[in-house]
This record gives sequence, C-alpha cells and structure tokens, in this order.
Amino acid sequence: MTAQVHGDPDTAISLKHALRRDTFELDVDVRIPARGVTGLFGESGSGKTTLLRCIAGLETDNSRDIRPIHQRGIGYVFQKPQLFPHLDVRRNIEFGLRRSHSSRVDKAQVVEMLGLETLLERKPDSLSGGEAQRVAIAAVLLRSPQLILMDEPLASLDQRRKDELLPYLDRLHDELSVPMIYVSHSIDEVSRLCDYLVLIDNGKIVGNGELHEMLCRLDVPMLSGPNAGSVIEAKPEHYDSDYDLTRLGFSGGTLSVPGRYDLESSNVRLRIAANDVSICLTQPEDSTILNVLGARVDEVQVVDTAAALVRLEIGTDYLLALVTRRSVVRLGIKNGDRVFVQVKSVTVKR
Amino acid sequence: MDGLFGTSVFSPMFLSAQLALVTTVLLILIGTPLAWWLAQTPSRYKPVAQAVVAMPIVLPPTVLGFYLLILLGPNGAIGAWWVELTGDTLTFSFAGLVIASCVYSLPFAVQPMQNAFEALPRQTLEFARTQGASKLDMFFAVVVPMSVRGFVGAAVLSFAHTLGEFGVVLMVGGNIPGETRVVSIAIFDHVETLNYAAAHQMSLLLLGFAFLVLFGMFVFNRRWSIR
Repeated sequence: MTAQVHGDPDTAISLKHALRRDTFELDVDVRIPARGVTGLFGESGSGKTTLLRCIAGLETDNSRDIRPIHQRGIGYVFQKPQLFPHLDVRRNIEFGLRRSHSSRVDKAQVVEMLGLETLLERKPDSLSGGEAQRVAIAAVLLRSPQLILMDEPLASLDQRRKDELLPYLDRLHDELSVPMIYVSHSIDEVSRLCDYLVLIDNGKIVGNGELHEMLCRLDVPMLSGPNAGSVIEAKPEHYDSDYDLTRLGFSGGTLSVPGRYDLESSNVRLRIAANDVSICLTQPEDSTILNVLGARVDEVQVVDTAAALVRLEIGTDYLLALVTRRSVVRLGIKNGDRVFVQVKSVTVKR
Repeated sequence: MDGLFGTSVFSPMFLSAQLALVTTVLLILIGTPLAWWLAQTPSRYKPVAQAVVAMPIVLPPTVLGFYLLILLGPNGAIGAWWVELTGDTLTFSFAGLVIASCVYSLPFAVQPMQNAFEALPRQTLEFARTQGASKLDMFFAVVVPMSVRGFVGAAVLSFAHTLGEFGVVLMVGGNIPGETRVVSIAIFDHVETLNYAAAHQMSLLLLGFAFLVLFGMFVFNRRWSIR
C-alpha cells in the first residue's frame, strides 16, 4: 500500500512501506493528516529519502500498490531540481500539466506564486539553483498531484538561495490545499514550514504528532539535544521605532523581537530554542535580556549526565529550557514551581 | 538497378551509399531498444550480451563473413527460410549484404547510444515518470532529445563503417555489378586489374567523404555541448 488517500480526503493518508537492503531496513506504518505540511525529520541515513521513493513508487518495496509510477498522482521535488535540459521553463512546467487528466490548478497563479513570469523563456542551464528549484516546484504543482513529496529542496542551495526560496515555500504552505511531505534534517526548516511532524530513525518511525506538541515532548531523544526548542504563534502588536523592536503578543504575555513586522499580519510563528531559555526563581531586575516571562514548571527531564530539559507552561503555550542538571538541583526546580524565564533570542519563522 | 549506372564509376558509389543508408536506418531501429536494454538492465547476463554485440569489432571480417555465408546460404538457417519466402538466395544479393552489414556494424550503432543512455541522470528520468510520463512517453519525450549526440554518433559511425567494410562483403556478397559490387570491392578489383586511375578516383572520393562525415560529426558534437 502506498500513499492511498482514503475515501474522505480530510482524514488521513496511510503510509505503509517495508523494504530490506543489505545493511538497511525500512519498516514504516504511519498515518499522517491529509492536509497541510508533514515534516519527515531524521538524521541523514535514517531512511527519509528511501521512504519518499517508496511512496512515489521509485523503489520496489513490499507494498501491495502495483500502480506504475506515472499513475500514482504523486509529485516529487528532488533535492537537486531535475529539469529537462532540452525544454525551456515554460515547457518544463507544462510537461506534467499536459499529462495530467484533471488539472485543478491555475497555471497563471502558480507562475505568479513562484515568481516565474520573467523566467518562462529561459533554458534550465541558465537558471540559478533556487530558480531551478522554483521551476521544479511549479512543474509539480501544475500536475495537480494528490500528494507532494519534497526531499530537502533547500539542501543543495547556499544560505542566500535558501533565504530566497523559503518565502515561496511559506506561500505554498499558506495557499495550497494539497498535502505535502517535507523531508529535512534541519529542525529550523521543519519548525518553519510544517504542521505535523514524523520522526524517523534507522528506518523506523519513532514518533509522530502535531508540530507544537511534538516539539514540547521531552521523551523523544531526537528532539532533546541541540534540536530542542518550541514553536509558538504570536501576533505583532506594537512597533517601537526608537529601538527598532516589534512587540508580539501570545497566550502567555509579550515578546520583543528586533526588526519591524507588519502589524496588520495575522500570527507569526516563533521558534525559541531550548538553549536560549534560562530559568530564575526571582524576577531578574538588572539583566540585559529583554524578554522575561512568568511561567510554571510543567516537567523536568534529565537528558544526560550533565543536561536537563525543563518544560515551562506559559499561558496555553510551552517553552523548553535546556539547563544543566546541577542548576536544577541547586535551584530545587520541580514540577509546579512558579519561576521566571529569560528568553535570550527568538527567531521569527514566518 | 542493374544497368542504371552499369559501367559508371558511380555505380559502386551509389550502391555503397544505398547499403550504408539502409543499414544505418535498420541499425538505429534495432540498436535503440537493444542499447536501452543494455543501459538499464540489472541482469547478470548483461556482460554476455555486451560481449556478443561487441564481437564484430575484434573478429576478423573473414571470420564473420564465413559464418554469415553459412548462415545466409541456401542451406543455412536464415538463408533456407529466405529462399522459401522469396525464391531468391540471400548470399550474393543486396538483401544479404544488408543483413551482413547490420551484424558487422551493430556495435558502432549500439555503443554510442548505450553510452548516451547511461550518461542520463537517473533522477531526471524519475522526475519524468512522477510527472505523469509512461515509460514509452518518457523515452520519446525525454530520453531521445537528451541523447541526440548518441543518436548522431551511432548513425554516423554505422554509415561510415558500413561504407568501409570489405571482407564481410566479399565473403557474403561477392562482386556482382549493381547488386553487390560496392565501392571497396570495386577499388580492390581495379587494383587487381592494374586500373590505378579508377582506383585513385574512387579512393580519393572515399577518403574525402570519410573525412567530411567525421569532421561534421565532431563539429556537431562541439556545438551541441557548448549549447
């Protein structure tokens, strides 16, 4: 069985794949939401790409789905954009469109959404990596797939190109109704783009759930080290032009971030790494750190011999703090305590 | 055709060109699926197939010609069937020459195409499939246009190589004017009869032609790769 979109497209997509290679075994049976972006997160070599290839039919696994690749209705965005060198951009993006039986996508809209208006007559070899990836994404969208697979579409780009492409991916997330699986080994990308998270390790699914909930779990080793951190939604409320700071409101108070954000915009997504959060028992009066919030200790989890991860409840949101085990003992931090948290840095994801 | 250019110096030329053209067309038709299979197959018999295809490169033309003569002769497997079908013998006929040339020039058609197919990025072909192209559709819409150099190379080499064959033609076709007397045989014949003027004429034409064809191919390859 593959990405079979079950009767009601609002429910779930079932992914069931198993395959054995010399040194590697993939065994996956998981259901993901049939809408929004699902992040498939794992180290390199964990089987992320192999799973995507199984879903697309590019890999022969033990699935009962014998439909040929071109009839599966699955769009695949490769890590390196795979455009047809003999066709210009226009004919590249029309390749799948002409082979799709029921096109529900408006070409002009896709071209606009990915900013391809000026590239249509160009040949692929004259495009930058980021441009080529945008063309590949447009080509996949125009095919009107039932599921889009993205295999680390930013990984082959340098930071500048990444920053250039990310806003387009944000737009896809906001405007697209097609479900998407986004493979990445970067927790930052996943935090920014995804709604649901599937963790894969050594060919097995080790956890899956809503992004916010998954990021707050303390029992998932993959998310308790340097990757630990939470995501909260906040609304820009006030811009202080004297200091170039924007105040963002969320369920537990306000956070100030450098720069100017559109006050008319709806929620922005903030990522706060556990490394950037520290805990005080009393309200610090003389700290350089701007963002100090009252919080309740929800749970303390020892990570290893030296480190501990503390989950803090603030309003209806959660923050994680990665602290030393010694500090936990010295301050006597335990569940239910009222504490103050200092947030050293906040990244606005979108 | 007999008598059309009967005694002219151009008769063998024309015959050679005709033979090379027919052979090239047939070899592209036969060689393409064979080259694709060789480029794609994970089969453990692939080296066997590759060796068989490449054999005409190393075998002396007389050996190849000898076996073909037996095979195509009126008592041979193919020859007998042909006689039954058409009433004519395959040996010492134009049709027999075409079959012999196809065998003789097969590696020169298959190898450039196989190399071109093997050089195609696998993921680009996979992208075509996920974009809704069936295998056949992918082949004509993506593989063929991306392998133009391979096809041109195969066509030019098959044509030129067929034009230059001698031993196999002599064994299978003999020396019948207008039927099997191709240019290389004619030159040999002229030299045998000490008609050096005619031999010169034909040799020079062939020399110039071979150069032009190969030169043209390399220019094409250069242009194509610069694009």
